[in-house]
Amino acid sequence: MVVMVLFAISAGPTGSSDLIFLLRTAPALPPRLLIRRPVSRRSSADRPRPASHRSSSAGSARSSGSCCSSSSAPPPPRRRRFLAGGSDAGRAVATRRVLDMGAGENNPLGAQNAWDMLSEEQSQKHITTGSGDLNGILGGGIHCKEVTEIGGVPGVGKTQLGIQLAINVQIPVEYGGLGGKAVYIDTEGSFMVERVYQIAEGCISDILEHFPHSHEKSSSGNKQLQPEHFLADIYYFRICSYAEQIAAINYLEKFLGEHKDVRIVIIDSVTFHFRQDFDDLALRTRVLSELSLKLMKIAKAYNLAVVLLNQVTTKFTEGSFQLTLALGDSWSHSCTNRVILYWNGTERYAYLDKSPSLPVASAPYAVTGKGVRDVSSNHKRVRVT
Amino acid sequence: MANMPVSEMRLPPHLAHLLAARRLDTAKDVLSLPEVELMAVLDAGLPTARAAVAHVSEAACPPCQTALALLEERVRLGGGGRLATTLCGLDEALGGGIPVGKLTEVVGPSGIGKTQFCLKLALLGALPEYYGGLDGRVLYIDTESKFSSRRMIEIGQKSFPQVFRQEGLAQKMAGRILVTRPTSLTDFTKSLEQMKVTLLQHDVKLLIVDSMAALMSLENERATGFRQHPLRWTLSFLKSIAEFSRIPVVVTNQVRSQSNVDGYHFSFEVDKKDGNNCTGGFDSHLVAALGIQWAHAVTVRLVFESHSGHRFIKVAKSPMSPAVAFPFVVETSGVTLLSDEGIDVTGPEITSIRCQGKNVLAQ
Repeated sequence: MVVMVLFAISAGPTGSSDLIFLLRTAPALPPRLLIRRPVSRRSSADRPRPASHRSSSAGSARSSGSCCSSSSAPPPPRRRRFLAGGSDAGRAVATRRVLDMGAGENNPLGAQNAWDMLSEEQSQKHITTGSGDLNGILGGGIHCKEVTEIGGVPGVGKTQLGIQLAINVQIPVEYGGLGGKAVYIDTEGSFMVERVYQIAEGCISDILEHFPHSHEKSSSGNKQLQPEHFLADIYYFRICSYAEQIAAINYLEKFLGEHKDVRIVIIDSVTFHFRQDFDDLALRTRVLSELSLKLMKIAKAYNLAVVLLNQVTTKFTEGSFQLTLALGDSWSHSCTNRVILYWNGTERYAYLDKSPSLPVASAPYAVTGKGVRDVSSNHKRVRVT
Repeated sequence: MANMPVSEMRLPPHLAHLLAARRLDTAKDVLSLPEVELMAVLDAGLPTARAAVAHVSEAACPPCQTALALLEERVRLGGGGRLATTLCGLDEALGGGIPVGKLTEVVGPSGIGKTQFCLKLALLGALPEYYGGLDGRVLYIDTESKFSSRRMIEIGQKSFPQVFRQEGLAQKMAGRILVTRPTSLTDFTKSLEQMKVTLLQHDVKLLIVDSMAALMSLENERATGFRQHPLRWTLSFLKSIAEFSRIPVVVTNQVRSQSNVDGYHFSFEVDKKDGNNCTGGFDSHLVAALGIQWAHAVTVRLVFESHSGHRFIKVAKSPMSPAVAFPFVVETSGVTLLSDEGIDVTGPEITSIRCQGKNVLAQ
């Protein structure tokens, strides 16, 4: 068995531990050589823990099916779910590198290997929705770098959830949040400031309840826990037609370049103007697909979550009318995750309809005076005076 | 902003000439095309098309505000955020009253009191601020010829006796309420167009459309696909009027029967309901007319229904409050609540509309 060892000069501070990486394959297959490609923008904290996994990787082998896949493709869903368990063998499977074409410090393909993606994903924080059950089915909350579509019948709480996310993204880092800002693009006019204030107050009171030793003014440079500060960090756009909606999404790239601490973009709702004014449905599909590509690009480039709120429509399938999310079948492919909010008896439920890494599941949630919370016995909503 | 002319946008000269040469005169023209098609129209390369789109988008995008600025503006406008309906429980549930700048829908079966409610609101729009009104003109669009000025004066005399006792004030109040009676959709559309000017000139503070469903049903003879169009256009027009003129807009809606017992479901829910559907084949229940798109578009929905021997006003959809129902009666002084304590409503009752009237023929 030929074993090849390759040295790559690492740009990171950790030095020699990252230099050598080797994987022995099954005897029938020729050995693969693996080049560690240091990506300079990563911090050292993101680097995977080296020693313990490398030793176990020597024993595992994998069929040749995955050998030739390019590193730019994300790992297939089944493997990701397997990895979510976090076993050593699982991680060893993921460390199987692919052959990079070309050497050198720059990455000519612009590709990223699966191990780096895994470690980035594990270090990503999720944006909590306010309800523990809902966070559970979403894998911790709304994911950054992904586009999530949330749809539901009128009155089920889509706007409430959107506003809750705009507030929750601002929870400071020391309390477990992202400490970011929010962009809220409102196409229907359902953003009511008094309700946003109420939800901000609810969020702050929950923070103070869980962290009773924090004071109003925490350490230097951090957000004071006042509702006005939370409201000041929501950037609001009021859109009145689909042309403005397209203009706003195009402009977002420049806007986000200037405001780098935005971590969530909420569009409420993405459907409204496209249902009204478009007569040519084929053109609408093309425009929408371009829109969704732009949103995905923004999500990845600026490391933020994009949440699109959608309406429902009726569709005649299988001999009866059924509810489905609006904007058609082509649009339904565009989003990475899809959550449907519906009524089940007297409770509001959220159903995870589409996700690359999580199983479909339902969870109940409630809308209270403080915002979106878990269902409990005490959820009578206080009215705004 | 969508109709902003390209000439006003201060684009770099070569882009401005290119767009003008291809007759892409407004932002909407440029942005309605996907990039590849824009390339074809402009007969230019991808970077040029992208640059054009980026410049046009930046110019056409509405300005950004922070939520705090919105709140401060709302505070600055003071009490102008709500129209109090004088029904205390309802006002409390809605956070002060009918919201300004949003579309409010009143839906219910016939004869339940929707027009009576609208008459009272029209009166409130005309009353001086001292008495809780908006002190402005009211535009009342009456499509079913239900507006009765005699009844309105009667309501005024009974609800606000101190106002109407004064000489000439009744005439002045009634004089502020402008009633139009469009007989067809084209009439309505024409008057909407003129309304834009009217609103600014005449200081209109409230717009009531009674009823929207009647107008849409006038268009029955056309193909069902096209039936949606007048609705869509009217919908966006009403919403934009509400926002830009900062007035409350109240729209009345009818109900229609639907034979499906449980209403519509998602595909993943259908499996659970199969067993129960056998018995419900012939029952029909009521839903609001105008469809689900309309239901999404209104901001506040008040459902008037009757069951258990009483009539109820139910706040079915509101961004500010949970679903509550208040029992009411219609008296000489108009719609009055029997109790200010609302009954909480949850689940499917929120969207259902019940009508159990007395059946005179059965006795």
